[in-house]
Amino acid sequence: MTLLVGLFFVVAVYLFLSKQIIRILLGVAILGNAVNLLIFTSGRLTREIPPILTNGSAAIVPVTANPLPQALILTAIVISFSFFAFLLVLGFRAYQELETDDTEEMRFAEPADPKLPPLGY
Amino acid sequence: MASPEKTPVDLSLAMVTDPVALADWLVIAPLVICVLVGAVLLMVRKNTALQPMIAIPGLCLLVLVDAALLGRVLVEGPITMTMGRWLPPFGIAFTVDLLGAVLTLVAGIAALAGGIYGAGDVNDSGRRYGFYPFLFLMMAGVSGAFLTGDIFNLYVWFEVLLIASFGLLILGSERGQIDGATKYAFLNLVATTLFLIATGYLYGIFGTLNMADIATKAPQISDKAPLVTLVSLFVLAFGMKAAAFPVNFWLPASYHTPRVVVSALFAGLLTKVGVYALMRIVLLLFPAERDILAMIIALIAAATMLLGAIGALAQTDFRRLLGYLVISGIGIMFAGIALASPGGISGTVFYAVHSMVVMTALYLASGLAARVSGGFSIASTGGIYRSHVALAGITLVLFFAVSGLPPFSGFWPKVVLVKASLDVGAWWLATAILLTGFLTTIAVGRVWLLTYWRNAPSDETAVAAPISALVDYLPLIMLTAIVIILGVFPQQILELSQTAAEQLLNPVAYIRSVFPTGGVQ
Repeated sequence: MTLLVGLFFVVAVYLFLSKQIIRILLGVAILGNAVNLLIFTSGRLTREIPPILTNGSAAIVPVTANPLPQALILTAIVISFSFFAFLLVLGFRAYQELETDDTEEMRFAEPADPKLPPLGY
Repeated sequence: MASPEKTPVDLSLAMVTDPVALADWLVIAPLVICVLVGAVLLMVRKNTALQPMIAIPGLCLLVLVDAALLGRVLVEGPITMTMGRWLPPFGIAFTVDLLGAVLTLVAGIAALAGGIYGAGDVNDSGRRYGFYPFLFLMMAGVSGAFLTGDIFNLYVWFEVLLIASFGLLILGSERGQIDGATKYAFLNLVATTLFLIATGYLYGIFGTLNMADIATKAPQISDKAPLVTLVSLFVLAFGMKAAAFPVNFWLPASYHTPRVVVSALFAGLLTKVGVYALMRIVLLLFPAERDILAMIIALIAAATMLLGAIGALAQTDFRRLLGYLVISGIGIMFAGIALASPGGISGTVFYAVHSMVVMTALYLASGLAARVSGGFSIASTGGIYRSHVALAGITLVLFFAVSGLPPFSGFWPKVVLVKASLDVGAWWLATAILLTGFLTTIAVGRVWLLTYWRNAPSDETAVAAPISALVDYLPLIMLTAIVIILGVFPQQILELSQTAAEQLLNPVAYIRSVFPTGGVQ
């Protein structure tokens, strides 16, 4: 599991380093899953023992998986999915409006050679 | 299933049994107002004339509630309200201390100014696309981040404000906006993901997400290596949110693209949330690990403030220049976090308040300047002093304040911070702060000379748009009045920020507020 998380991070970072928006987008999706798995591993991975108190006992006797990280992941999945959807639309709009998906050619907000401010008046 | 009479469960161990005192609802009230008014505004999205009528009273109410909350925190110390009545650390706790309350109030005031200004600046199409609902949702995120006492909850509020800020940023869908928004969105998403990674590790180490609980447990962990890694991750994540060097490049790429009022709100609120979260994490939760990283944070601070000031010197566009000034202010706030002495923290708190007010006001003023002189380029505009002397005067006050010249609000926190750095022998940090002030003075002085003082260029063809006294000048005058009052009578806010610093450095009251009986063992 740890190796899988590491692999996901590697792939995500590799995709982030590319110039195309669409590849960065895929990186975002994979990074989100990497983080979700990471949180998942922090809550003991044991199978098939429900974390439910039985009659009269004050604590769960066998070690169970902690359900809280799974709840956290649910929140994180929802958030990362909505962000991914937003970024997908944003990337598409950027492709439509700016007619490029190459980040090096996106120089509309920051022109490549801005004029120097006047030195006197 | 056991029947209730067989195993009587003592709920008082797990839940709050007393009903919440009416006054404690104040803790959650800013959020409730923001979300409710935001929802109502969303329903009347098509009725563009009605929206400011609902939004501005809503923001006034928000400011009043924030002020009441601050008053209550001043009297009673930190107060806690738990959600769903589950006792902390199991339930999500909202814990307000002085730092959070002060920043929430100032954020509310900045949002009110933005809301009033937006009534004149945002056209019907911008309103139909949801300027006011997004504004309220962003305020919900900002207030929630300032008030919460739970780290995962902090992450959720970060996401709330982030998604609302995306909506605000692309209001208008111009090419430059989409370009800026693309960079802003990707880099901020990476930053919040880093925050989420750090939160996952944090839960793995401590098994709790409640801040007060972590603050009690952190000193008991003997193995420091994972904690230092964790704190470094938090510093990186929040440094990115706050636009600290070297992860600041999303800010000058995007802050000059949206509508002026949106830029103003972003500059006033968003980066400060990053600074606040960093203060909360490194000062309240991990003071011992912060000491190890203090030198790195100090270097980041010096580099950020100098880069901001030098970047500002190189800009021709008024708004891009202001973006760099936001960055240099972040550096100055980081200096106080690096020092972590009571003086340093109180300087940071004071500077955060000052910066929220003055940066919002400056962006609003730049919008008015562009409206009367026909553009943001300081090379081609001029003559505002002759045509609009009041606007020029207000802007001069704000320029003095942002450079840190007396008698305005930027002066005192810099005095406090320089003294705090000299006290620990960090002469280079003090030099950086003073040098930044000097460079900022040159940068804004040049804007004043070119855009305001000199005569309008003779080939002026732009038609000067009218400025209305109410919606355009009122927010600016309101914020400038705060700048002057804080500068002339700094005693109150100095004491306030000193108390906030003490609460942060010595979190007994904070922990006691969450765990009245001394904590769950």
